[in-house]
Amino acid sequence: MSRFYKTLMTILLVSGASAAFAFDRYPGLGRLATPAEVTAWDIDVRPDFTGLPQGSGNVDDGMVLWEAKCASCHGIFGESNEVFTPLVGGTRASDIESGHVAALIDNSFPQRSTFMKVATVSTLFDYIKRAMPWTEPKSLSDDDVYALLAYLLNLAEVVPADFVLTHENIADVQARMPNRNGMTTDHGMWPGASAANGGIGNGGKPDVNGDACMSNCKTEVLVASALPDYAQDAHGNLAEQNRPVGPVRGVSSGDQAEAGASVDHSGATAVVALVNAKGCMACHGLANKIVGPGYNEVLAKYKDRADAEAYLIGKVTSGGQGVWGAVPMPPQGHLSDDEARRIVQWVLSGAQAQ
Amino acid sequence: MANDYARPGRVRPAPENFLSDEDIAAINKGGRRDFLRSAFIAASAALAAPAVARAQSAGDPAILELPPWSTSLGLPVAANPYGMPSKFERGLVRRESPGLTRVGGSSVAFTPLQGLFGIITPSGLHFERHHQGWHDIDPARHRLMINGLVKSEAVYTMDDLMRLPAVSRIHFIECGANTGMEWGNVAVPTVQYSHGMLSCSEFTGVPLKLILDMCGADYKKGRFILAEGADGSSMTRTIPMEMVESGEVLVAYGMNGEMLRPENGYPLRLVVPGVQGVSWVKWLRRIEVGDQPWASKDEAVHYIDLMPDGQHRQYTSTQEVKSVITSPSGGQILLDRGFHNISGMAWSGRGKITRVDVSTDGGINWREARLETPVLSKAVTRFNLDWVWDGKAAILQSRATDDSGHIQASYGQLRAVRGTKSIYHNNAIQSWKVTESGEVSNVQVL
Repeated sequence: MSRFYKTLMTILLVSGASAAFAFDRYPGLGRLATPAEVTAWDIDVRPDFTGLPQGSGNVDDGMVLWEAKCASCHGIFGESNEVFTPLVGGTRASDIESGHVAALIDNSFPQRSTFMKVATVSTLFDYIKRAMPWTEPKSLSDDDVYALLAYLLNLAEVVPADFVLTHENIADVQARMPNRNGMTTDHGMWPGASAANGGIGNGGKPDVNGDACMSNCKTEVLVASALPDYAQDAHGNLAEQNRPVGPVRGVSSGDQAEAGASVDHSGATAVVALVNAKGCMACHGLANKIVGPGYNEVLAKYKDRADAEAYLIGKVTSGGQGVWGAVPMPPQGHLSDDEARRIVQWVLSGAQAQ
Repeated sequence: MANDYARPGRVRPAPENFLSDEDIAAINKGGRRDFLRSAFIAASAALAAPAVARAQSAGDPAILELPPWSTSLGLPVAANPYGMPSKFERGLVRRESPGLTRVGGSSVAFTPLQGLFGIITPSGLHFERHHQGWHDIDPARHRLMINGLVKSEAVYTMDDLMRLPAVSRIHFIECGANTGMEWGNVAVPTVQYSHGMLSCSEFTGVPLKLILDMCGADYKKGRFILAEGADGSSMTRTIPMEMVESGEVLVAYGMNGEMLRPENGYPLRLVVPGVQGVSWVKWLRRIEVGDQPWASKDEAVHYIDLMPDGQHRQYTSTQEVKSVITSPSGGQILLDRGFHNISGMAWSGRGKITRVDVSTDGGINWREARLETPVLSKAVTRFNLDWVWDGKAAILQSRATDDSGHIQASYGQLRAVRGTKSIYHNNAIQSWKVTESGEVSNVQVL
C-alpha cells in the first residue's frame, strides 16, 4: 500500500472520521484497519520492490542460517531433488548476460530449477519471508531473509561470495537474474483486460482451436501413447477404486497379495498419522532414505543398543548431524515429549505403515 | 431380456472376490494382462454352467430368498449424526498419485470422477491441493483485511461477512495442472488421476465487489487485486479487477449447503469462476488493491507454462474448454456387450458449454451428445450418449465447444503450439481404448 493511504488512515482514525465511508450502507459491519494491523499482514513485495522492507544480509551469514533451517529439505547447495525440485542449477554465466536460460531450450539440465524459471528477485524475497522455513513460516527476520537470499544468489552465481544484499542494491541484482527476460504474457489466458487496455495478454483469444468435423474426419487413428503396465500397477488395485455395482467394474491391478495382508499393529495407525502430520515423512521413508535415513535403516542401526529409545528421543528433540551424512536434522521442537517417545517406540518396533 | 439374471455366456469379470489364491499367484507369475484374458474365459465358462441350473429354478434367489434387510429391524434415526456413504462405496475416495510428490503438505488428492453422477462433487470428495498443509481454522479468530488502493482499509470478522447479502452460485474449480502428467505421454491409469483435480460445487458468499465498494476501492488505478491466504504459505495470486467488477468473484464461506470443508479453505475462500484453482485462495485473510501484478511465487516459479521456444507464459489463469468421458473410462471393464450410456463432464472457463461431440472410433466420426440440465456458465455440464457396444475394439473420445466458439483440441493440435513441457493447462481431447475383452485403458490419439 502507499504511504499516502497509511498516513490518511492514521489521520482518519485519530479524527474519528470513519463515518465518512461507505460503511453506511451496511451499518455495523466491518471496521477500519489500524496501521499496525496493515503492517503486520501486508508483507508482499512486488517486482518494482514496493513493499520491500529495509535491511541487509551477507552470503556468509546466509550460509549459517541455510544449513540450520533450509538444507534439510533443499540440500547444502540448494541442489537437492529429494523433497522439492532443485532451487539452484542449470543456469550459466551466459544466461546472466542474456537474461534467457539456455537450458530451457537445449534440455541440458534434467529438472527446471527455481533459478532457471524465476524472472523476478522480488518473488524470492517475498516467498522466503512469508512461507519459509517449511515448518516455521514467517519466523525469519527481514535481515535473515536478505542473508538467505544473498546465499542463494551466490549459489546461483549471480553475486560473488563477499556480497552484501540490501534494499538499495537489490535492483542491481534484478538486472543479473538469469531468466529475467524469460517470461511472456502474450497469451489468451488472462481473464481480464488485454495488455493494450492496461491489463495482460491478448484479451482472451485462444492459441489453439479444435475443429468441428463430424464424419470421415481422418483416414487412420494414430495411437501415439498407451499406458505402460507399471503405470497401471503403480496406482494400486483399480478394482477397489471403482463402484462394485453399475455398468463397469475396475480392473484388478497392482500387488494383490498386499491388499489381503493388512494387519493392525497396535496403535501404529495413529503414529503413522502423527509422523505424517508432523512432517517427519518429508525426510524419512518407511523403508527408504529420502533426505535422512529410512526408519528401517534407523532400526537396523540401533535395534541392539540398550539405550536406543532414549538416544533416539534425544536425536528427535535436539537434532543431529554427521551420523547419516552432512545434511543436518533440525531439532523437532514442535513435538511434545510424549509424541517423540511414541514415534521412537514405533520406529523401534518396526515402523509398520498400519 | 427374459431371465437376464441367468443369461448364459455373459462376459463378466465377476469382481466380487472371484480371485482365488491360485489366481493371484497366476497374476504375479504371468503378468496381469495374460491373466485377465484367461480369467475372462474361465469366468464366462464358470458362470454359464450354474446359469443353466438357475434358469430351471423358479427364479432369482435375490428375489426368492428374502434378504436380512427385508426380514429384520433396521437402524434408528441419527445412528450416524453426520451421514456417510454406504460401506459399498468405500472405494470412491480421494487418492494421491504415487510418486507425484514427496511431501503430503504440498501435494494433491484427486477426486474419483469415475464414480460421480451429475455435476455436483460431494464435499468430502472435493479434490485437495495444499501448498503448506491444511489447518482447521477457528472462525472466531479469522479476519479478512482489505488494503491498498482503497479509501478505507478495513477488517471484517466472519460474523460481519455472514451478515452481508449473500449469493449462491454453481461453478467448477480445476487445478491449472490437471492432466499435467499427460502432456508428453500416457502416465496414469484412470480418470481419477488424469482429470481428478476437478470439482464442481455450489458456493455461497458475498461478491467481493460489494466489499470493495464499501471500502471505496480506486477502480480507476487499481486494476489488479492480490488475494492472500492465512495458512503457513500465505499463498498469493493476482486477479484482474475486471472479474471483480463483473460481480462473479465471491468471498465464499458456504459449499454445497454447509460451510466450506477445512481442506477447501474453512472458513473463507475466494471463488474466481473459470480461473484455475490456485487463484481460489483458501483460508482467505487479505485482499489488496493495486495497480500492477505481484509476480508471487505461484505466478513466477510455479503455474507458469513453458513453451517450445524456452519462454514461460506468465499469469495464465483461464481454464479453457475441456471434457472427459467418465464412464466407461480407464481402468474399468465393461460388464457386458449391448447397451451402454457413455457419460462425461464438460466445462469451460469462458462460459457455457454449448455442445459435446462423442466419437467411438478414435475421432473419425462423431455424434452429438445430450447435454443434461442445468447447463451453467463456468460450471460442469453433464453429457450422455446412447451406445451399443458390439464387442469390438473401440476408442472413446469427447470434444466440447463453449459459447465463445472455442472447440476442444486434440493432442496433436495442442502440442503443435505448446510442445509437451508446459505442465499446465492441458485441455486435450481424452481417449479411452476399449478392447474386445471389455477392458478400458488410457491412450493418446493425435
